[in-house]
Amino acid sequence: MASALGQNAQDDAREVTAQEGEASDLSLVARVRARDESAMAALYDRYSSLVYAVSLRVLGDTAAAEDVLQEIFLQLWRKPAAFDSARGSMGAWLSVIARNRSIDALRKRKPETDIEDVVLSVETNFADNADRGRALVKIREVMSSMAGAQRSALEMAFFEGLTHTEIAEKTGEPLGTIKTRIRAGLLSLRAAVAG
Amino acid sequence: MAAHEQFADDLALYALDALDGPQKGVIEEHVKTCAACRRELETLRGDMALLALSASGPHPPQRSRDRLMSAIAADNPAVAPEPAAVSSGGWFGRLGWTAAAAVLIAGALLMNDAKEKNAALQREIAGLQAKTAAQDAELERVRGEFAAFFGPEIQPVTLEVPNGHPQPQGKAIYVQSSGKLLFLASNLPALPDDKAYELWVIPTTGNPLPAGVFRPDNKGSGLVVNPPLSAGVAAKGFAITVEPKEGSPAPTTKPVMVGLVS
Repeated sequence: MASALGQNAQDDAREVTAQEGEASDLSLVARVRARDESAMAALYDRYSSLVYAVSLRVLGDTAAAEDVLQEIFLQLWRKPAAFDSARGSMGAWLSVIARNRSIDALRKRKPETDIEDVVLSVETNFADNADRGRALVKIREVMSSMAGAQRSALEMAFFEGLTHTEIAEKTGEPLGTIKTRIRAGLLSLRAAVAG
Repeated sequence: MAAHEQFADDLALYALDALDGPQKGVIEEHVKTCAACRRELETLRGDMALLALSASGPHPPQRSRDRLMSAIAADNPAVAPEPAAVSSGGWFGRLGWTAAAAVLIAGALLMNDAKEKNAALQREIAGLQAKTAAQDAELERVRGEFAAFFGPEIQPVTLEVPNGHPQPQGKAIYVQSSGKLLFLASNLPALPDDKAYELWVIPTTGNPLPAGVFRPDNKGSGLVVNPPLSAGVAAKGFAITVEPKEGSPAPTTKPVMVGLVS
């Protein structure tokens, strides 16, 4: 399992590293603000796989994942200023939006937050594809080495959109244990990428 | 300043939107006024993004890209679509002139309809742009009128009884329905470098709500404008305490100034 994950990660790392040398996210966003469709196509080519992978993982349905993909990139086209480059990379920002929108779709509810409200901060510069590839390898290593119960709690919260109460009911674990596991899981990811 | 440890686990769940029950409201209120916990929340969302990267799967199909680019082209009034090139031979000859004429008439009707729709959209866009420009101008005018009161040239003057000793004073102007608050203070004693004054809204029920941290200038004047407060909180009064310069989630000292809503 771990080795398969590692191989996939290395493949993905090679793929994103191969995109080095292209225009920066910031310059592409500036061109999108000037209504440059080719810049939008470049951003789509760079990040659509990431957004689609997250949506597909959450929704488990290709048509629904394609709808989320379309909606997110159309929002980016219409509101490019919503992306605050000072706070984090475009890839990180889009992936969180993809997850949130997919959970909304899964629960058949209207989008609860606007893309402008998604504010996040990451130390790693995911705009640099080489960094993103290296982070990918580390993340999958951490996930595969995580205790099963912890990884499961984290994935139920992130990919299934379950609340901590729902996770506790599903697993029969105390609420406090679920809380601690989820936070510790997130911190271990942070530490792995920072290290 | 570090995030509050007592909120650490709940902050992580809140970042994932996995927190429910009364704790969710507590965190929502807390992050409005605690910069350190707000920063930690943003970092936790960054950690979420790392989790998203662990997802992998097939690439989206080409039709998704085509669909997006078509939608973008339709959404881009600045760029007119290139007219399709029509050759004079080929299918024209094969269809015959009657069929070709019918196709051309149908095409012309469709184009006319599209042009009318496009013109209507252009008028709508022009109207929205004019409205936005008017709103921007109004905002600029309001900004201009108020800017002077927040600049370095302001001359705050407190009117006192002649020969009286200047006493610390505060004036809070609060709008409950919108949660807007303006607070002005004068004659406040200077504070050590690691301390600041913190303004509190004392609600009719519950604990005091933090409403902004400030340090007085060299004349003892202080100002708080629209701290992040929830709309609709009924205030019983307002108070000022001395707190660490980063502020506190709850008062830690006795109030140096209190005013009750009459």
